[in-house]
Amino acid sequence: MDSKFPGKVLPYIFLLPTIIVCGMFIYYPAAMTFRASMYQSLFFGAREKFVGFQNFTRLFTSPDYLRSLRITIFFAILVVAIGLSLSFMIAVLLNRKLRAAKALRISLVWPYALSPAVAGTIWLFLFNPHSGLVNYFLDTVANIKPDWFSNPKLALTMLVVTAVWNNFGYNLVFFLAGLQNISDSFVEAAEVDGAGFWVQLRHIIIPLISPTTFFLLVININYAFFDTVGMVDVMTKGGPANATNLLIYQLYKDGFQNFNSGLAAAQSLILFLFVVGLTLVQFRTTGRMVHYGG
Amino acid sequence: MAANVHSQSLGKKSKRKQALSTLIVYLILGLLLLIIAAPIIFAFLKSTQTSQQVLQYPPLLTIEKNMKANFKAAWSQYGLNQMMVNSAFIAVIGATGKIITALLGALAFVYFDFPAKNFWFFFVLLTLMLPIPVIIVPLFNVMAGFKWVNTYWAVTVPYFASATGIFLFQQHFMSIPPSIVDAARMDGIGPIGFLTKILVPMSANVVGAMVVIQFIYLWNEYLWPLIVIVEPHRQVVQVGLKVLSGGGAQGVTNWGVVMAGALIVALPPLVILIVLHEYFMAGVGLADEK
Repeated sequence: MDSKFPGKVLPYIFLLPTIIVCGMFIYYPAAMTFRASMYQSLFFGAREKFVGFQNFTRLFTSPDYLRSLRITIFFAILVVAIGLSLSFMIAVLLNRKLRAAKALRISLVWPYALSPAVAGTIWLFLFNPHSGLVNYFLDTVANIKPDWFSNPKLALTMLVVTAVWNNFGYNLVFFLAGLQNISDSFVEAAEVDGAGFWVQLRHIIIPLISPTTFFLLVININYAFFDTVGMVDVMTKGGPANATNLLIYQLYKDGFQNFNSGLAAAQSLILFLFVVGLTLVQFRTTGRMVHYGG
Repeated sequence: MAANVHSQSLGKKSKRKQALSTLIVYLILGLLLLIIAAPIIFAFLKSTQTSQQVLQYPPLLTIEKNMKANFKAAWSQYGLNQMMVNSAFIAVIGATGKIITALLGALAFVYFDFPAKNFWFFFVLLTLMLPIPVIIVPLFNVMAGFKWVNTYWAVTVPYFASATGIFLFQQHFMSIPPSIVDAARMDGIGPIGFLTKILVPMSANVVGAMVVIQFIYLWNEYLWPLIVIVEPHRQVVQVGLKVLSGGGAQGVTNWGVVMAGALIVALPPLVILIVLHEYFMAGVGLADEK
């Protein structure tokens, strides 16, 4: 017996819902995105005209779009760099047998359940220049009360803080799990050789934790690119002066406020390229995750 | 089995040093938990205060008596009640659809041989590269073609496929010993009976993890409902929350009501995560024991 059920039609029946949904609501619109990126919509989408690659040239010659691209990449780098290094450092500090390790995990990971819109709403008030907790703290410590909403750099900082908070516990829990999986024998061998903490960190811990790091890198970049739309919509609406106009928010505005679907489709394809790159990294690293996963 | 970096060096250290370092770790940990929880604690305190108290400077950080009024205002005056029902309906139907189609898909991939199996596996897997924002404009046109704009069809049916789910279930099914299938077939159990009576009970962890992941994902969806749902009374609660805050920092926003609203919206996914967190941890590969 080959441990399979007989039948060639039955598996297709089981797969049919998935195939239909993927085909109709994912692949068909994906193909249409390619088509739409070559057209310009006229009269608020009532008619369209073939324009070739003009939508792309328009985007890549538009200072606003290029700025949005730069801001998004900068934002993603900040979220990843700050979020991952902070959670990694704390994970290393906490990496030891603690009582109530299970209860600890849930008490760290819970902000994962909060949407960027909810996180954004709460931080919107925390950053309130007049009565928020952030400015009260800064006022007490450094005697300053910045206006987070009218300064471009501060507005972006505010989004970075909110995003890092939203993902922090999730990152930390994965780093802790990764550290616990590093075999004792590596560390013991290093100690026998007289390697100090920093040498161990650089030559053993960081290389061995890299599958987890790559996994979290993908998750966090994905969050920064796609999930932040609710946060931006609640907190800044892309302002001040487009300083927090992340690509996904620009796409929403062009597609569904300015009804310029050709331009929006071209932006979708640019985002698609980012996803393809990320997915390649993910496939490579999940393969390694399986190798390490205890 | 939990290996760690420090334990083996403890023998060398004096006991006092060890106790001190444990104390420091617990202090850091306590501080950390407080920092992570601070925004929610702040939101809760503010949700109990009147519209004057919330704006006091220095910020008033005590529990006051206006909690009931704030939650009531957010719940009924701003219409969160209707939107909570909408979101719950969409998240439950959407997550159920995702889990059922993923179970059936994984059943086909693991327990059947059929032509073009690899093609269809990649067909499903590659959808991971096409999140909704990448296809959003034509997807909206598809919805318009079906006359699904402003209906719950539009915010449930397109989610009835899950590459993540099929992948998770496939990995788990492959770890189940083949002899179990053989035994089931000897007993004359068909594929559907095998799925419902044997596979699902043996996959409680993965099903639980999928409930957590998909419910949270669908409950927290923002962009697609914002676009495809037009009427406020049909809107999901994530988008509805924006109405409370007025979308800005200034103005006459009643922050006590806004914070109450944020807590209301945050509660269902938090409860699901906390209740099912052991399944979630096991499902995403974080638990020690399977």
